[in-house]
Amino acid sequence: MSPALTTAKNAPTGRGPARAVPAVRIGRVHKVFGRPGAPGQAVLDDITLDVRPGEFVCLLGASGCGKSTLLNLIAGLDRPTAGEIDVPGGRPALMFQEHALFPWLTAGRNVELALRLRKVPRARRRPEAERLLELVRLGGAHGRRVHELSGGMRQRVAMARALAQASDVLLMDEPFAALDAITRDVLHGELTRIWRETGVSVVFVTHNVREAVRLAQRVVLLSSRPGRVIREWTVDLPQPRRAEDPAVADLSREITEELRGEIRRHGRT
Amino acid sequence: MAGPETTRKEPGQAAAPPGADGGQDPAGLGAGLDALEAVPVRRAPLTEVLIRSVLPPIVAIALVLAVWQGLVWAKVTDDYKLPSPARVWAALRDLWLRGELLDIVWTSVSRGLFGFLVALAIGTPLGLVVARVRFVRAAVRPILSGLQSLPSVAWVPPTLIWMGLNDRMMYTVILLGAVPSIANGLVAGIDQVPPLFLRAGRTLGARGLRGAWHILLPAALPGYVAGLKQGWAFAWRSLMAAEIIASSPDLGLGLGQYLENQRNNSDMAGVLLGIFLILFVGIAIELLVFAPVERWVLRSRGLQERAR
Ligand SMILES: Nc1ncnc2c1ncn2[C@@H]1O[C@H](COP(=O)(O)OP(=O)(O)O)[C@@H](O)[C@H]1O
Ligand SMILES: [Mg+2]
Repeated sequence: MSPALTTAKNAPTGRGPARAVPAVRIGRVHKVFGRPGAPGQAVLDDITLDVRPGEFVCLLGASGCGKSTLLNLIAGLDRPTAGEIDVPGGRPALMFQEHALFPWLTAGRNVELALRLRKVPRARRRPEAERLLELVRLGGAHGRRVHELSGGMRQRVAMARALAQASDVLLMDEPFAALDAITRDVLHGELTRIWRETGVSVVFVTHNVREAVRLAQRVVLLSSRPGRVIREWTVDLPQPRRAEDPAVADLSREITEELRGEIRRHGRT
Repeated sequence: MAGPETTRKEPGQAAAPPGADGGQDPAGLGAGLDALEAVPVRRAPLTEVLIRSVLPPIVAIALVLAVWQGLVWAKVTDDYKLPSPARVWAALRDLWLRGELLDIVWTSVSRGLFGFLVALAIGTPLGLVVARVRFVRAAVRPILSGLQSLPSVAWVPPTLIWMGLNDRMMYTVILLGAVPSIANGLVAGIDQVPPLFLRAGRTLGARGLRGAWHILLPAALPGYVAGLKQGWAFAWRSLMAAEIIASSPDLGLGLGQYLENQRNNSDMAGVLLGIFLILFVGIAIELLVFAPVERWVLRSRGLQERAR
């Protein structure tokens, strides 16, 4: 197994010293799909990763390398074949690439359902939902139907619903991949702002290098078939960043080279 | 999505890629995007709705009446086999003036609706169990589908023997007709629920019964409502079959019995009136109860265009 390298060392994260208890602890996790009798190829191989409280980590890798699988494991939607996953703060919130809002509920009711399932008393749900919609800049959208909203608005409602779970950890599985470039750029800004305002730990999955560098404090590169951590970068750049900042572009280029090398490796065999 | 970015190589970063202008005024830019992309919703004006959906059926009914009257005038068959529309109308007036019309209709409608509600109470949990429990599904689903295609008249003779000539027998026939449709509709609705909703529900903490109540059932509602609609049609058909075959003076006079009595009296106008009333009740319940529910379910999810 290749050791995880850290290129830019001991960068202050701006979120206080790392505490002893991580927000997510992934220890030597393996994942193989298939039946016990006929196991398939390993999808994840010996993944070890800790996420500090309040940290923003991007998991980066080519399509099909097991990013969604790893996120599902952290979310508790699936179990690892071997190894341990510990989320001390309880069930994490999860945002999908598709908004996954329930079309039979209004935008506000979607948020309120998350509150209700968390047993927030009825009287407090409505104002809390309004506050969360305000946080994603959708105040006044409470009564709107999901199909009346634009793609960017739907993802923001989905973000409000995820935040309504009040988890310490927010998992995001390529949440902006289906959006156009300008909308995605706006949502990057919003996500960074919300992360800083709420102090939530974020594990953000993407195959887009620039997106990772723009958002993350730490970028973790995964290999494909099987998925392993091949390298990590600490991104020591002030927020808010912009995609065209030279430093962002430089690091993106470096990471892209590494990712290309990893992808090329598969073409040779 | 990553394509252009991961292959971009030019060193000069001055030329910003399109859409990288987020830093300036994110709120304003976001608001502009929302305004551009959001779908405007409008309601059709009432006159448009009337012309589009009320006028055509009226024209169709007028046409049928005209052809009917034409056939009577042309004397295609004997008078007692084909009475004129006016004579059927007179039979209706007569029934109304004798004060029997509403009684007859209500006897059947109340039987039908009560039977349907019981079928609902049985079919819904049955559908839920068939959809979610693998063993029950393998065992019961083919039987349910088979029962759906069995004409419910076939149940009248055995239920007569089991129950005798009474209201219980009527309700049994209704249940045998409607329960499979309702259960099957729910199973089909549940099968069509996107797995994404179930996973989203689970991450929100909706598992087990809470998951069924908050996620599974609402997500399956369109298929369920379609099943209810079909269930009503089957309930009504079964009831009419039961009333026509098992008519007895001891039972309250319903539409089916009325139809059968008029046949015994060789009163063709009354027979036609009976058929029209049965048809009318079926259509009225469909239009007054099921159509609005279905439209509301589909529209609120953006599954049906407005103004159609
Ligand atoms: N439920 C499953 N059963 C079998 N194979 C799966 C399943 N889910 C994912 N895989 C396989 O695991 C690999 C990683 O998938 P995924 O985690 O979705 O990748 P990514 O999100 O990085 O694109 C793929 O090769 C995929 O075919
Ligand atoms: Mg994926």
